[in-house]
Amino acid sequence: MNVGPLGIGAAALPSAIPAQRCPVSSGQLITACRLAWEQRGRLVALWATDDRDRERGFCLRVLLRDADGLTVLEHTLPYANALYPDLSGIFPVANRMQRAAFDLAGVQCDADDQRPWAWQAAWPIDRFPLQRDFEASPKWEPGEEEYPFVRVTGDGVHEIPVGPVHAGIIEPGHFRFQVVGEKVLRLEERLGYVHKGIEKRFESLPILDGARLAGRVSGDSTVAYAWAYAQALESMVELAVPPRAAWLRALCLERERLANHLGDLGYLGNDGGFAFGLAQFSRLKEDVLRRNREAFGHRLLMDVVVPGGIARDLDSRAAATMREQCVSLEREIRILRDIYDEHAGLQDRFMTCGRVAPELALQLGLTGFAARASGIAEDLRTDFPSTPYDALAVRICGHRDGDVAARVSVRFDEALESLRLIGAILDALPEGDCAVSFPEPPAFRLALGCVEGWRGPVTIALEGGPKGTIHRCHPHDPSWQNWPVLEHAVIGNIVPDFPLINKSFNLSYSGHDL
Amino acid sequence: MLHVLRQIAKTGIKTEKPPTPADDMRTAARLQDDILRIVGRALTIRQVDAGSCNGCELEIHALANPYYNIEGLGVRFVASPRHADMLLVTGPVSKHMAIALKRTYDATPDPKLVVAVGDCGCTGGIFGESYASLGRVANVIPVDVEVPGCPPTPTALLQGILAALKKNP
Repeated sequence: MNVGPLGIGAAALPSAIPAQRCPVSSGQLITACRLAWEQRGRLVALWATDDRDRERGFCLRVLLRDADGLTVLEHTLPYANALYPDLSGIFPVANRMQRAAFDLAGVQCDADDQRPWAWQAAWPIDRFPLQRDFEASPKWEPGEEEYPFVRVTGDGVHEIPVGPVHAGIIEPGHFRFQVVGEKVLRLEERLGYVHKGIEKRFESLPILDGARLAGRVSGDSTVAYAWAYAQALESMVELAVPPRAAWLRALCLERERLANHLGDLGYLGNDGGFAFGLAQFSRLKEDVLRRNREAFGHRLLMDVVVPGGIARDLDSRAAATMREQCVSLEREIRILRDIYDEHAGLQDRFMTCGRVAPELALQLGLTGFAARASGIAEDLRTDFPSTPYDALAVRICGHRDGDVAARVSVRFDEALESLRLIGAILDALPEGDCAVSFPEPPAFRLALGCVEGWRGPVTIALEGGPKGTIHRCHPHDPSWQNWPVLEHAVIGNIVPDFPLINKSFNLSYSGHDL
Repeated sequence: MLHVLRQIAKTGIKTEKPPTPADDMRTAARLQDDILRIVGRALTIRQVDAGSCNGCELEIHALANPYYNIEGLGVRFVASPRHADMLLVTGPVSKHMAIALKRTYDATPDPKLVVAVGDCGCTGGIFGESYASLGRVANVIPVDVEVPGCPPTPTALLQGILAALKKNP
């Protein structure tokens, strides 16, 4: 984004994709966001840092993305309750991020909606965990909050509360449905149940150990997070990892994408009343996980991507088994795709269900594969390809319908594309080392890591402290963007279709609640 | 329909021919005997995510795939704690989930077995205890068996479920 015409200065920011940082006043914050919106830019993340220990007050950072790359707008506030302007009028997705930034860092905006978001009465509402002088007291007992849900009234309207403990094996969160008959008039989400203090925890870890925690922000995206963290750290010290390590990282990322899509395709069949699909796809997913364990020592590939490279090299036997698996898996997936496509009952459930039209997707900032299923052709692997994606010519998968059927179709396409990429990576894997030793990172240098995980772009904003500590780390999950869109996707659908619509997105609670 | 039948026939019964370690099946076979002997009919489990990163949930899901086929062994995941013999709890227990977890425990009838799953459920793991996390599951409700691992493999989960049954005949 060219901020020159706005009279805003810009400096380069360490990152694997083009990035700049721009100090802005509160007026410039608004004009820059508006300009970004007009140029089809998107809000990626918003977070606040307590820099009072460096005598700089608080810093609010707003991360934007457009065709040129990333822009971090930095707005300094002399004290926490110096209000900054509400951005949700420009980017609706800012709403929850602003509320969480207040709950955690005490930095407040002038929006009308001041309901808590990350806070649920576990600590006093006037204490802010990410402020440097925050000290937790063992006397604080978990409490219960009265959250002001928006209520729909009228003849025959009733409310269905669901959660936080759900009926299946899934993460906790609360959904409040307003329905008339079977039809959903409104859904309101209340998340934050799995808030476990990840951002604060980062600040107590040595910066190199942070990769382990990053890999546990959202377990289903452990490779994406660990890679984004490593990328931020490597950009910070300007370290290039050996080519073999970069290629193996991509191999792991594609295997993570493949495993998640296979698992969800099974559950989507199941939620559509087709248990055969679950049995078949969960078998294929297990095959992928078992090969992962043989090759890298971990079924979900946790702690395989480490700062400086990759923790374990791939031996030729494991590579050969993996290569063979690509062929058999592709054949099986194609058979199952035909069965799904030709199954009238299943297609009846999928088609027109939970539709997010392309215009709505753009307006709300939908991201990841769900955005690609709603006509938004965005993928970090094709838009800003890093090694090895620049050599692999990734095919971007998309659809325009934006319904469950479209998301299923994109998941099939992406699973097959990941298989192709896994094969291509194994065929052209460079020889050499798979890790280099890591120098001590400089203090107070902000760096970004950004990786296209299976759900969407995963971002890590990392700033080191003195002597190899972490001053601030903000992990950002694409679920922040997509949770609010789910509320829109279910409007007008029937209650029994909610699990199907929800699963078609399969958003992370842990990655969002932090 | 023919496609479906052909695919089922072609796939065969994966549970009888596990491709990798035979250990998986040995555990499963023992588990079935023990369940039949101890519980008599079947075991019902209510899974509660009390704050995990969702890694443990992925492996709990895997228990239901044709290789481990936990339902074929008489173990079923149920939607309500009131129908459950056992709670399978992942952690760390976030403060925001503490009340919900206690209520779930209270709603579970005897024998009310509790298996804490994963390094976080057993010790608090990498998240530990903090302003937002109460750490291990045993800090909040009584625990019968702890299954470590990050996340534990499906085999380890089966072994943990078995251990809980043995402990409480």
